[in-house]
Amino acid sequence: MALLEVKNLKVDFKTADGTVHAVKDLNYTLEKGKTLAIVGESGSGKTQGAFALLGLLPKNGRASGSVIFDGKEILNLPRKQMNAYRAERIGIIFQDPMTSLNPYLRISRQMTEVLELHRGMSHKEALAESVRMLDAVRITDAKNRVHMYPHEFSGGMRQRVMIAMALLCSPELLIADEPTTALDVTVQAGIIDLLVDLQEDFGTSIILITHDLGIVAGTCEETLVMFDGRVMEHGKTADIFERAEHPYTKGLLAAIPRLDKKVDRLSTVSYDFMAARGEA
Amino acid sequence: MIGNREPILRVRDLAVEFTIGQEGLFGPKKILRAVKGVSFDLYQGETLGIVGESGCGKSTLSRAIIRLLPASGGEAVWLGRDIQKMDTKDLLGLRKDIQMIFQDPLASLNPRMTCGAIIAEPLQIHMPELSKADRTKRVAEMMAKVGLLPTMINKYPHEFSGGQCQRIGIARALITNPKLIICDEAVSALDVSIRAQVVNLLMDLQKELGISLLFISHDIAVVRHIAQRIMVLYFGEVVEIGDSEQVTMDPQHEYTKRLIASVPVPDPRVEMERREERRRLRREAATKAA
Amino acid sequence: MPGLTGKDQVLTDYANKLATLDAPKGRSLTQDALRRLAKNKAAVASIAIVLLIVLVAFIGPYLLPWGYSQVDWSNIRKPPNFDNGHFLGTDQNGRDMAARVLQGTQMSVIVAVVASFVSVTIGVIYGAVAGYFGGRVDAIMMRIVDVMYALPYILFVIILMVMFGRNPVLLFVGIGCIEWLTMARIVRGQTLSIKEKEFIEAARASGAKPFTIIMRHIVPNLTGPVVIYATLTIPEIIIAESFLSYLGLGVQEPQTSLGTLISAGAPVAEVLPWMLLGPAAVLITLLLCLTYIGDGLRDALDPKDR
Repeated sequence: MALLEVKNLKVDFKTADGTVHAVKDLNYTLEKGKTLAIVGESGSGKTQGAFALLGLLPKNGRASGSVIFDGKEILNLPRKQMNAYRAERIGIIFQDPMTSLNPYLRISRQMTEVLELHRGMSHKEALAESVRMLDAVRITDAKNRVHMYPHEFSGGMRQRVMIAMALLCSPELLIADEPTTALDVTVQAGIIDLLVDLQEDFGTSIILITHDLGIVAGTCEETLVMFDGRVMEHGKTADIFERAEHPYTKGLLAAIPRLDKKVDRLSTVSYDFMAARGEA
Repeated sequence: MIGNREPILRVRDLAVEFTIGQEGLFGPKKILRAVKGVSFDLYQGETLGIVGESGCGKSTLSRAIIRLLPASGGEAVWLGRDIQKMDTKDLLGLRKDIQMIFQDPLASLNPRMTCGAIIAEPLQIHMPELSKADRTKRVAEMMAKVGLLPTMINKYPHEFSGGQCQRIGIARALITNPKLIICDEAVSALDVSIRAQVVNLLMDLQKELGISLLFISHDIAVVRHIAQRIMVLYFGEVVEIGDSEQVTMDPQHEYTKRLIASVPVPDPRVEMERREERRRLRREAATKAA
Repeated sequence: MPGLTGKDQVLTDYANKLATLDAPKGRSLTQDALRRLAKNKAAVASIAIVLLIVLVAFIGPYLLPWGYSQVDWSNIRKPPNFDNGHFLGTDQNGRDMAARVLQGTQMSVIVAVVASFVSVTIGVIYGAVAGYFGGRVDAIMMRIVDVMYALPYILFVIILMVMFGRNPVLLFVGIGCIEWLTMARIVRGQTLSIKEKEFIEAARASGAKPFTIIMRHIVPNLTGPVVIYATLTIPEIIIAESFLSYLGLGVQEPQTSLGTLISAGAPVAEVLPWMLLGPAAVLITLLLCLTYIGDGLRDALDPKDR
C-alpha cells in the first residue's frame, strides 16, 4: 500500500494583489521506504506543495484536494491531530535549521523533551537515545556535544542535529525542504550522503525538495519535476536524467554547467517557459 | 594566449585583517586574518575564476582590490599604479575602470530609483559633462545590449524579475566602459534556467568588449565554464591556481580534490560512483584521524 | 558607447527612436503604498476628518459672527445659543468659544506641523550621518543624543522662554528640537541596516561620494519608518504643546491653543461644561485620526505584514 498519496492538490494564497495559485494540480504517490525528489525552480510551488500536506501554510494560504497518509486523509486536519502526525510519524527538515531549534535551550533538552513526551521515556533513557541519534548522524563526540547550545554548532552540524531530531521518533516519512541550500558544497555532500545512508539503515521514506538537479541524481529513486504549480514529469530518476521527455526537463538539464562535460555555450530553457515566469 | 603582455592587475601578497574584539579594555586585540597573502596576475580580456567556500575570504579579497576595504599588507597594482597609494583623483579613475556585479539581483538595486536612473548613476559620477539626453540615449543603448527592452527605462526594480534585475546590474557595470568587472557570486542567487542566460550574456559581452572578468563563485562548475584560469581559495590562502581544465580535471591540492568530489553531477550513474568515491575519501580521513 | 560591432549601429538607431517615444511610467514604491493606503477605510476616513478639521480651523473664523478676542459684554458665561451666534457658548470673559476653539485648533496644527518638520529634518540628517559613517563619529553623535535625552525637556523649554520671551515660534522650535532625538535614533538604526545592502556597496564601488550616497540612496529608503514615526509624533507634539500651555508656558493670551482652552475649561467643567467639551472633542478626534493614519501608513508602507 502506498504510504502517501497526493491527489489534485491545489494551494492558493490570498494577497492584496489578488489570489495567487501556487500549486495548481499536484499528484503523486510514494511507496513505503522509497525516496522521491521534487525538483523545481523558485515559484514552481515545490515547497508550498509539501508544506500544505503538513498544514504548515501561512495564514493566507488555503489547500484543497486530498492527501492520504497510511490510509487516512490528513489534508486540513485540525491542528491538534496534525501536530500528532508531525511529531511522531512525519519528520521535517527545513532549509534553515534555526527555524526549528530554540537558540536558548541546550540540544539535550530539546531532544529529550520530544522523546519523553511522545515515547514516554525516562530522562535517562531519552538522553541515551539522543546521544545514539547524534552518533547516527555522524556527530563526533556526541556524548559531550549533546549538552551544547545550537549556536555552538557550525551550519552543517546544525543541519545534522536537525536530521537527528527529525528522526527521533522514527517517523515513516521524512520531508527535507532544501536541506543543503544554505551549506557549502563540501558540507552538502556529507549531508546528502548521510540522508542516503540513513534511508538505507532506517527504511524511512524521504521526500527531498530541491532546486538542484545535481543532488537529486545520486540520491532519490524517483524524481518529480514541477513548474508553475504543475507536474511536468515524474518517473525513475535514471530515466528522467537519461531520457527526459518533457521539454522543460530537457532544457533544465542542459542549462547546468557540468564538471564532467565541457560545452562552449550553455543552452537555455525554451522561450515559452521563460515567458511563463516573466523572464523573457 | 596570454603571452608576454603586461598584466592589467597585479596582486602581490595582499592581506586583509579585521579586528573582531578585544580582551578586556587594554588587552590584546583579537584579529581575524581574512586574506593571508594572495598573489595573482590578471591579463586583459581574460577571465580569472576565484573559487572558495563561505568564509574563505573571496569577497573580502575583491573588496580589498578596489579599496572598499583597507588592505593590511601587500599590494594591488592596477595598470602600473599601486591602488593602496592612489589619491582621490586616481581612485575615481579606478572606480570607472573597475566595476562590480553583485550576488542579490534585487538588493543590489536601489528600490526607490528607476531602472534608467540606476544604470545612469555611474555616468553621472564619471562623465558629469554629458547632457541628460545623451545620458538617456546611452542608457537605452546599454539596456538593449544586455537584453532589456529600453521602453522599461522608467520602471522600478520590483517590477522586474530576478534575471532582469541582474541584467540591470550588468548594464550599470558596463555603462562606463570599464576594463575589469568583478562578479561577486553574480549568478549564484539565480535559478538554473536564468543562470544559463546570464552566464551566456556575460560571456558574449566579454568577447565583444574585450573586458577582463574576475569571476568569484562557490560553484566550481560555473567557474570552469566561464573562466580560463581558476584560483582556489581556502581560509584566505591560495591553494591552487592554474588553467581551468587542469584545476578541475587534475586537482593537485587535497582541498581542491575534496571540493571537486563534492560537486554533484546531474547524472545518476556518475553520481553513484562519485558517492562511493566520497565514502572512500571519508573513510581514509577517518582512519588518518584515528 | 563607441561602435564596436555592426550591432551597435542598429542599437543606436533603436535608442534614438525610443528617445522620441514615451516610455511607460513605472509604479514606484510610494505609489504602491498610496494605493494600499487608499484601500484602508479607517485611514481614508481619518485623513478626510483631519483635512476637514484643518480646513474649518483656517476658514471658519471668517464665517463666524464673533472674533476670538472679541468680548460680548451681554453674554458672559453663557451656554451655546444659536440666536446670538455663540454656537459653543462663551467663556468667563464673554469671548465666543467657537471662535476660540477654531483659533486654538489652528495654533495646535501649526505647532504640530512646524515642530514635526523641524524634528524630521534634524533627525533624519543627524541619524543618517551617524549611521552611515559609524564608528567614532556615530559614537560621539549618539552620546550627544543620549545626554540631551537625559535633560528634562520642560526645563529646556523654560530656559528658552526665559531667554527669548514667550514667542509661539520659539515654542515650535523648542518642541521640534526635543522630538528629533527619537527620530535620530530610529533613523540611525534604519541606516545601519540599509548601509549593509548591496546597492550601497554598488554606489560606493562606482565612486559615489558619501553625501550623494546619504541623500540619494539612504534618505529615500527611510521614507517608510520616517513617515510612520512622524505621523505618530504629531499627536505627541500636540499633547506636549497642550501640556506646556496647561503649565502656562505655551501661547500667550488672547491667542490660544487646544491645550490652553482645555486647561481653562477643566477647573470649571462642572459649571461651564461647554468650555471643556468643545476643545476636548476636537483634540480627541484629531489624535484618534492621526493614530489611525499612522497605523494605515505602517500597513501600506510595510507590505510584508500583510
